[in-house]
Amino acid sequence: MSNTQSQRLAYGEELVALGRENRDIVVLEADLGKSTMSYLFQQEFPERYFEMGIAEQNMVSTAAGLAVSGKIAFCNSFAVFAAGRPYDQIRQTISVGKLNVKICGSSAGLSDFGDGSSHQAVEDVAIMSAIPNMTVLTPCDARETRQCVRAAAEIQGPVYIRVLRNDLPDLLPEGTEFRLGAPRVLKDGSDAAIFAHGAMTARAMEAADALERDGISARVVNLCTMKPFPYEAIAQLAEGMRAVVTAEEHNYIGGLASQTALALRKAGIPMDYVAINDAFGQSAHSPEELLEYYGLTKEHIAEKVKGLL
Amino acid sequence: MENPEMIKNKFRHLTQQHRRHEVVKKLQRLAAQIRKDVVLMIGCEGHVGHLGGSCSSADIVAALYGYKMKLDPNNPGWEGRDKFLYSKGHAGIAQYAALAELGFFPKEDLLHVKELGARLQGHPDRIRTPGIEANTGSLGQGLSIANGMALAMRLDGRPNKVYCIMGDGEQAEGQIWEAAMAASAHKIDNIVGIIDQNCLQATGSITERFDTNPLPEKWTAFGWHVIEIDGHNMEEILQALDEADGIQGKPTAIIAHTIKGKGISFAENMAGFHNTALTREQYETALKELDEQLTALDR
Repeated sequence: MSNTQSQRLAYGEELVALGRENRDIVVLEADLGKSTMSYLFQQEFPERYFEMGIAEQNMVSTAAGLAVSGKIAFCNSFAVFAAGRPYDQIRQTISVGKLNVKICGSSAGLSDFGDGSSHQAVEDVAIMSAIPNMTVLTPCDARETRQCVRAAAEIQGPVYIRVLRNDLPDLLPEGTEFRLGAPRVLKDGSDAAIFAHGAMTARAMEAADALERDGISARVVNLCTMKPFPYEAIAQLAEGMRAVVTAEEHNYIGGLASQTALALRKAGIPMDYVAINDAFGQSAHSPEELLEYYGLTKEHIAEKVKGLL
Repeated sequence: MENPEMIKNKFRHLTQQHRRHEVVKKLQRLAAQIRKDVVLMIGCEGHVGHLGGSCSSADIVAALYGYKMKLDPNNPGWEGRDKFLYSKGHAGIAQYAALAELGFFPKEDLLHVKELGARLQGHPDRIRTPGIEANTGSLGQGLSIANGMALAMRLDGRPNKVYCIMGDGEQAEGQIWEAAMAASAHKIDNIVGIIDQNCLQATGSITERFDTNPLPEKWTAFGWHVIEIDGHNMEEILQALDEADGIQGKPTAIIAHTIKGKGISFAENMAGFHNTALTREQYETALKELDEQLTALDR
């Protein structure tokens, strides 16, 4: 097993690094700085850090005001609050106005296992993807998270970054560069393609290893850019495969499953998905219990692949 | 007996008074012109427009654009400018009128408001319209955006101010109070929130529909310096805006008592003219009344 790292710590550290290079970076927080790791920025740049209290709508609109004034504003909260509560503010001012506001949805998916459905964002990618002008990034490990922070700052316009609470294994080889909208093949194969993002990419890699032992060669593709979704690249990467399975810790509606189905609508390749089946999460004592309950483990991925072949 | 110095001072005072009188008259004229432009924009061809709330805030908009704000119509993005935001974005046509009168874009554009592809949208759009700072239209969000602009000015060491007009119906939005708390928590003193208290929301009387009063007590409790004025008395508007310049360490709220539909007799205090089409007769009556006001101010 490879080394694991905290995705949210990587996020916070990279924000600080970015802040050192660019004085226009400002950070806003809604009282979750020690979870989102935005507090690291506060420690080094208190004058560019705004604690906005438990008021996400105001936080996001204030970020809009900073952004129209030339700042690059990173807003932080749990994904369920960052994408849900200020949806209208993100839509009306930030996205219609193409403003440089970056929303970090932290503790996304089921990663905040103990807190239950109120704290588990299963629909954030769908909500954010449906907003015109928005870019949606779903990094799979610490390195990719750092790259996403940098990419978000460079992209002119709003960006949503989905960050999980759990530690994630290092997947990206050192020296790999980030390209917006470019899926990354992490393991090549010839029988089936597995498309995944976030924490599910690691599980897809494990599934591919298990499939290999059974004589099935699976290609694992990591999708960090959920929007603009790389429809053509996905179709190319699926070409010649006998099966395609998507894997996401998110509702199948409006996520990777539905986007991939759209990309492959003319391909005629048997397809299935591993995702949350239009349900809310719930509390558990460990993330593993939830993954098992909602059918999001490496075994579930491998079974879906086998079921198509 | 008056010595020469006293006579000089008296003369200076009279000159200042005269100048102030001229300034007030110029701004009253601009306000009437804004109202006339608003009527022209709505027209009488069956297209609806937000007449009432545009007219209730027209005097304040005239004071901001004609007197208070540092702006450069030839360079809308000038870094040294003050900023204005209509949080009640539906009154944006009054801002369009002011921007056109100042020369941010040709007055001709006013007649194409809300046409497909037009520069002037139904609600303010920063990408399409020079002089619009941020998109508003979903109520309750403007003050937060204005706070962000004010914080950016503070970070950049700019001595400018941000002015934000809200509606009194809009005070029902919870985010207004988040922003009110945020401004005092962060000691933002380069922001002036102006509440256009015309006492009517889209469907009727605010006190009867959803009472947002008492506003002065609420804004004071939220840590703002509160000034109450007659929002149609130009002298009072100017005094309030000037007073705000001297307030340090806390934000300023100007609660302006206004009349919805002000300046157009049949629309005054009528909720029905919140967002309405004008008949040809109403249109002509409104223009006639506003032309009379303009003529009177020219005397």
